[in-house]
Amino acid sequence: MADQQELQVQQKREVDKGQEATTPTRAFMPNADIFDTEDALTVVLEMPGVDRDNINISIENGVLTVEGKINFAKYEGLQPVYSEYNVGPYRRSFRISSRIDQDKISAEMRDGVITLMLPKAEEAKPRRIEVRTA
Amino acid sequence: MVMGYADPFETLFAFQRALENRLSSDWLGTTTAAMGAYPPVNVFQQGDDLVAIVELPGVNKEDLNIQAKENTIRIAGQKTIEYPENVSLHRRERLSGVFDRTLVVPMQIDPDRIKAEYNDGLLALFIPRAEKDKPRTIEVR
Repeated sequence: MADQQELQVQQKREVDKGQEATTPTRAFMPNADIFDTEDALTVVLEMPGVDRDNINISIENGVLTVEGKINFAKYEGLQPVYSEYNVGPYRRSFRISSRIDQDKISAEMRDGVITLMLPKAEEAKPRRIEVRTA
Repeated sequence: MVMGYADPFETLFAFQRALENRLSSDWLGTTTAAMGAYPPVNVFQQGDDLVAIVELPGVNKEDLNIQAKENTIRIAGQKTIEYPENVSLHRRERLSGVFDRTLVVPMQIDPDRIKAEYNDGLLALFIPRAEKDKPRTIEVR
C-alpha cells in the first residue's frame, strides 16, 4: 500500500560547487536510488528532460560521475510566466566501494530515469568461506 | 525573453534567471487550490498560447490521466517504483505514490484542442488560448 501514498514535491537540490565555477549557471543533483545485489550495483537517477544522447558517465579513481544535459532548443520561443522549478544540467558523483568491472557497465534510459548496472569484478563478489573441522 | 544561441552558457543563465524571476509568480493568482502540490509545473507563453511543462520522471504514460474542462486542467496518475527482490538498498531518495493536481488557467482556453506529450520524463501540455479571448487590434477609422 506504500504506493498509494500521496506524492510530495521534492525540492531540487543544487550541486555543491566546492570551487567557484567559471559560469554562473546552476546544476542540480538528481534523486538517486542505489541498490546492491551479489553480482552488481545498480544506480537509478531521475533526470527529467535529459535524453540518452546527453548523458555522460565516467568512473575515475573509484568515483562514479553521471552528468546529464538539457536540450534547451525545446524552450526556444517560450516565455516563462509562472515557475515552480528551475531547469539545468544534472550532475552527481558517488564513491564506489566495490570493485566494478568497468567494461561491463551498462545504462538504460527511460522516461527521464537512467538505470546504471555496474557489474562487480570477479574478485569483489562475496565468497562463501568454508569452515573446516580440524 | 528571446533565446539566442551565440553563447550557450549565457543562454542558460538568462533562462534560469527568467525562471527564477517567475518563481511562484502570482500569474496563477489565487485560482489554484493546489499550489506547491505534486507535480511541479512551469508555465510559458508561446505567442497567444500557453505551454505547461511538468516534471514527472519515471511515470508510465498509461498511468497518466489528463482532463481538461473549461479553464481547468487536471493532472492525475501514479508513479510506481519496483525494486528487484533480494537487494540491499543503499540509498532510497526517489518517491512513489499517487498524485492529483488541478490547474486553473487565468485565461479562456480551448480545452478540446489541448495537446499533451510525454517525453524524457517531462509532460508538456500545449494549451491554445480561446479564439474569443485573443486580443484583437481595433482599427481606428
